[in-house]
Amino acid sequence: MREKILYVLAAAAALLLARNLHGILLRLPDEAAQGAIYRIIFFHVPAWFTCFTAFLVAGAASAWYLWRRNARCDALAVSAVEVGLVFTTVGLATGMIWARIIWGIWWTWDPRLTWALVTWLIYGGYLMLRRAIDDPDTRAKNSAVLGIFAFTSVVITYKAIDWWRTQHPAAVLSFRTGGGTIDAAMESMFYWNWLAMLLVAAILVMIRMRQEEVGREIDALRRRAHAL
Amino acid sequence: MDARNFTYMFYGFLAAWMILVAYLVSLVARERRIRAQMDGLKRMLDQREQT
Repeated sequence: MREKILYVLAAAAALLLARNLHGILLRLPDEAAQGAIYRIIFFHVPAWFTCFTAFLVAGAASAWYLWRRNARCDALAVSAVEVGLVFTTVGLATGMIWARIIWGIWWTWDPRLTWALVTWLIYGGYLMLRRAIDDPDTRAKNSAVLGIFAFTSVVITYKAIDWWRTQHPAAVLSFRTGGGTIDAAMESMFYWNWLAMLLVAAILVMIRMRQEEVGREIDALRRRAHAL
Repeated sequence: MDARNFTYMFYGFLAAWMILVAYLVSLVARERRIRAQMDGLKRMLDQREQT
């Protein structure tokens, strides 16, 4: 059943990504000042939305784990963090390439960029913490606490452009500005590509979760082997 | 399409896909490793239980 869901999701993601790529490259209007480079934004922004979603799921799963001590919640949390970190890397890399052309620099210590990097480091630390603890229950409990508190960094990253004056562009999407700041076709492409990336993220999380569950089975088998 | 900065747009798209593909490859490698571990442990347990 799980395999079938994976195949259906993969087919849907592939179709949607192909449709979006066609739209991004051939149908969307040009941006007056930036040339073709502005089209990176249709991967950059949805990648950030996807990692924020993944970290939200990880935070919720961590809270649920602390409440119910359900091992599947721990598996979901670590899987979502790992996949979220991949999309954070995509967001950082695409942003840096865009900045190289538009700002003339790869990186600047502006509040939005700095907090984005801090978020990347915190969730990287989450994965390192898990590797450092051998006992499965202690590992799950400690990383659940970190998984909840780490989400504050996501909120700060998201709100940085509102709280501080930044070099990073201000919000343009209508749910944040009230409308009138971006072409409707461009805005709808953000959401379509976010949906496509969410599908990709869901596939990756499902694969990673299964591995985490098999890892627990391996731990149980090892304990049995030691007992014999 | 306005072709200014097309090369860097291509690099951006390439970077995004390369990161995702690299992660997918690492997932496949990990899958193989844990399957091999699982099979090895099961074989070892079977042998121990028989002796």
